[in-house]
Amino acid sequence: MITIVDYKVGNLGSIQNMLKKIGAKSDITSNPDKITSAEKIILPGVGAFDSGIESLKKNGLWEILNEKALVEKVPILGICLGAQLICDGSEEGNLKGLGWIKADVKKFDFKDITFKIPHIGWNYTYLNKESKLFTDMYEDPKFYFVHSFYIDVKDDSSLTKTIYNHEFDSAFENDNVLGVQFHPEKSHKFGMKLLENFVLHY
Amino acid sequence: MALKRIIPCLLLRDNGLVKTVRFKKSTYIGDPINAVKIFNEKEVDELVFLDIDATKEKKEPPYSFIQDIATECFMPFCYGGGITTIEQIRRIIASGAEKVCINTSAFTNPGFIQEAAKVFGSSTIVVSIDYKKNLFGKQFVFVKGGTKSTGKDPVSYAMEMEKLGAGELFLNSIERDGAMGGFDLETLRKVTDSVSIPVVVCGGAGELNHFKKAFKEGQASAVAAGSFFVFQGKKRGVLISYPNAEELKEIIKQ
Repeated sequence: MITIVDYKVGNLGSIQNMLKKIGAKSDITSNPDKITSAEKIILPGVGAFDSGIESLKKNGLWEILNEKALVEKVPILGICLGAQLICDGSEEGNLKGLGWIKADVKKFDFKDITFKIPHIGWNYTYLNKESKLFTDMYEDPKFYFVHSFYIDVKDDSSLTKTIYNHEFDSAFENDNVLGVQFHPEKSHKFGMKLLENFVLHY
Repeated sequence: MALKRIIPCLLLRDNGLVKTVRFKKSTYIGDPINAVKIFNEKEVDELVFLDIDATKEKKEPPYSFIQDIATECFMPFCYGGGITTIEQIRRIIASGAEKVCINTSAFTNPGFIQEAAKVFGSSTIVVSIDYKKNLFGKQFVFVKGGTKSTGKDPVSYAMEMEKLGAGELFLNSIERDGAMGGFDLETLRKVTDSVSIPVVVCGGAGELNHFKKAFKEGQASAVAAGSFFVFQGKKRGVLISYPNAEELKEIIKQ
């Protein structure tokens, strides 16, 4: 059973749809008690950093998520804003992030206007290290991105790099804590394989 | 660079899929969910759905239909048609769409774009710009399904929409809609040179080379087409298609 954390930001149905296609059971919940018993967690989300953090706190999820990630070491996959919230903080806001990995979230800022912001669309990922998340992945994996802020990992948890004017960390993995900037649930077979790997191998 | 996108743009009328020529003469294509299944199998980059009667008929977006799309669609999609409120956007996104496309309200209520971008983030908000020439050859942006002139030219309108917070522009030449004679590269280039947000060009695609030109000469971030993906041959028989992997590589080569 995968527990999808609902903190009232964005579109959770698509993630559940893809998990269903893979054959994995999932539960969308904002109930801290249900998260207490979660075995595997997806932290999704779209929108602004501070409103995401505030929303986690307002829904009473902050403590329990920290407990699950840091003490119980349950596998947690952050997606898009969910991945950014796992970092220390963001140039988009003033609030502190969950800080489970050493990373900052920075704003894309290009002189070259041929690089549009947000970075919307499909892009390739390049693996930095071995990971079960990419087991049997199809060749030239590409994923769907929509973001104006990017993750800059400071420790050794960077998992994949993606190039958009410059390199940035498009996925990270540190023990049980994983995050992807892109949307696997919207990335056809590539995303399906990645989520399947999260379901099977973690 | 993000990979260039090639987007089938599907028009909805009375819950069916249709295709227009110059925003008129709609031809029935088939069941939209069936089309979604086919496009999903073909691993298309993205889909855009536009309900072309929604504004005129003051229709509420069809949330359960959007949910049905989302269950079949493992790719991003955008929904447009008759959107006037923040609550509607919230429900559309909750139903499984990534983005919403706003046309008429962007003109009648520019503050709406500003607010929507603030609430949902710019990347969720696409503004579509339908334009055509008047009798004297000057281009104007039209709203309400191409029936009402705004008196504004597409380039300055595009810049205005960017300033309001639109995350993407869907630039649609009314005259070229369904004509399959190629995109309006000149206007496209003027717009892409003037804004720093992604521009999707629509209206006129008839062959693969048109896509290539839109990327190279027009600097589009994405190309959208209707007829090209649903008609086959001179008699315009209905057959859903999408470029294969080899063709795609060739088109998006930079």
